[in-house]
Amino acid sequence: MFYRTAGQFKTSYESDQALFPVRQDAILLAVILVFAWVIFPLTASEFTFQTLLIPILIYALAAMGLNILTGYAGQLSLGTAAFMGVGAYACYKMVTLMPWLNPVVAILLSGVFSAGVGVAFGIPSLRIKGFYLAIATLAAQFFLVWLFEKWAWLYNYNASGAIQVPNLTMFGVYVAGPQADSWVQYYLVLAIVSVMTVLCINLTRGNLGRTWKATRDVDIAAELIGINLMKSKLTAFMVSSYVVGVAGALFVFMWRGAAEPNLFDIPLSFRILFIAIIGGLGSILGNYLGAILIVGLPVVLGTLPAALGIPISSSMVEHINVMMVGGLIVFFLIIEPHGLAQLWRLIREKLIIWPFPH
Amino acid sequence: MLTEIFIKPFADMVEAPDFLLQVLWEGLVSGILYALIALGFVLIYRSSRIFNFAQGIMVVFAALTLVGLHAMGVPAWVSVGLTLLVMFGLAVAIERVVLRPLVGQPDIILFMATIGVTLFLIGLGEIIFGGENKVMITEELGIPTGSILFEPWGGLLILEQKDITAVIVAALLVVALLLFLNKTRMGRAIRALGDDHQAALSVGISLQTIWVLVWFIAGIIALVTGIAWGARAGVSFALEVIAYKALPVLMLGGLESISGAIIGGLMIGMLEKLFEIYWGQPLLGGNTETWFAFVLALIVLLFRPQGLFGEKIIERV
Repeated sequence: MFYRTAGQFKTSYESDQALFPVRQDAILLAVILVFAWVIFPLTASEFTFQTLLIPILIYALAAMGLNILTGYAGQLSLGTAAFMGVGAYACYKMVTLMPWLNPVVAILLSGVFSAGVGVAFGIPSLRIKGFYLAIATLAAQFFLVWLFEKWAWLYNYNASGAIQVPNLTMFGVYVAGPQADSWVQYYLVLAIVSVMTVLCINLTRGNLGRTWKATRDVDIAAELIGINLMKSKLTAFMVSSYVVGVAGALFVFMWRGAAEPNLFDIPLSFRILFIAIIGGLGSILGNYLGAILIVGLPVVLGTLPAALGIPISSSMVEHINVMMVGGLIVFFLIIEPHGLAQLWRLIREKLIIWPFPH
Repeated sequence: MLTEIFIKPFADMVEAPDFLLQVLWEGLVSGILYALIALGFVLIYRSSRIFNFAQGIMVVFAALTLVGLHAMGVPAWVSVGLTLLVMFGLAVAIERVVLRPLVGQPDIILFMATIGVTLFLIGLGEIIFGGENKVMITEELGIPTGSILFEPWGGLLILEQKDITAVIVAALLVVALLLFLNKTRMGRAIRALGDDHQAALSVGISLQTIWVLVWFIAGIIALVTGIAWGARAGVSFALEVIAYKALPVLMLGGLESISGAIIGGLMIGMLEKLFEIYWGQPLLGGNTETWFAFVLALIVLLFRPQGLFGEKIIERV
């Protein structure tokens, strides 16, 4: 009834291939954008910015990067966090070596470094696949985190071994560091994430995206119809690591404010993999749904006992959290192995024909 | 610089052969444990195509249950039996709740499910047993704790008796496992399931029974690994990271090869110790054990994609 597509005729190929073939989708997105750009920033508290809005966006971006590699090109990777680390450390070196550099430019450039590292660690994918490749990406994970720890030049020979985000200004406004306001950072993250999302959607719809999907589905058949597998896999690694690297720079500069090497350890990789898989592999929307679930759930679970008046120590809450997240992952995989995006697709199909069953 | 990389380490090795032997022994002991964990992976992968990430936490969980039961006043050997019961219950629960609804899903979904199980068990373990480091009940189990001294070439070589016990027990376990897989009805059923699911089902092999059995065997292996490693380093959730060490072993040895897991484990255990002592600490600032095995496996795979012992895969479209 609300989602009725009757009367929306497509009379040209352009309109058939448009981003929103159904008008209601566009309206829905517009509503979400109004919320994201206007209503949330006006109403959100400092706590909401720091624990929900900013992390959800950053995690969604990181998951999007991983999704390009795993969901579209079919190359399972367990080293996402290390590539985020490369982005973060590259950004840190750039802003400390060249303080005049615009922070946004630095963040976008830092992705280039992680893209390079990503391609280097993607080379094994030409010879091995499946779980063997997944373990090979763990080599990147462990080696890079070790490097962050041992290569003192990366953190400017700090005694603490951690990187501290300096105060950065853009057009006279603090955008990063201890003095930056949360809402400024939120807008910056939102802008970058929005642009990257549009780019990713169009990349995956275009020639490159189809090449990736062909590689994912049957690689030998893809080779037979003239797709260069090497090019396809390495571009997937490159684009994916770029997006992940930018997410890593945002992660440290716009949210955490400081980072130690073990922040980029394997649990972070897994968390991003959860987001991508629970959201839905091969879907851009899914990354957002997954990020909302994985970031939002612990916050809700953390406030629940206090709201209900059950006295539990905070460490207990944390353990229960870990347990619940594990249980929910299994639960969601069982009810919908293709992720939340597939759930939304089903709901949408039902809505289109509602109130009739067929 | 070049001499420091290519000549000095070897000169050191020749100069102090007793120290070299000590390093190799230490590597061998940890290699045995890597091989044991890899064995758990291989068993489950062969019979169900599941890449079981929960193997590491099963080691921790088994060791924690054992220590926790003993702390409650249960005699040592009775608590070993009870722990085995708990691991059996865990196998049944995982099969019922997680695996059965997910039969036939893509590999990556099942892999994620085992990560979910891992998180669940971490949370549960922390709630029940607490996160602090515990001491393994080595003496109560009758494991000797002294050490034997050798003096080869006028040097000194120290072999801890609990390490020797671990090596012997691990070897016995592997032999028992191989006998079970090759000689018994159940063992053959496991291998048949690994070769072809459909064919195995059609001759009347029960998928559910075999899966419970395989996960239970993985649980037994986890308990043995937990006791052996716990005797060396105490029982805590940090143990879980040794599960990652089994992954390059799997890459080297092949995901389906039992002998590959054992040989790969021993190789990685010794090589990473050698690299750490002779190259890592003097030249790279140490702690190279976290990544050396992975990089080694990666390089080997670049030249031999099927691993050292895996079967060459010929693909058809």
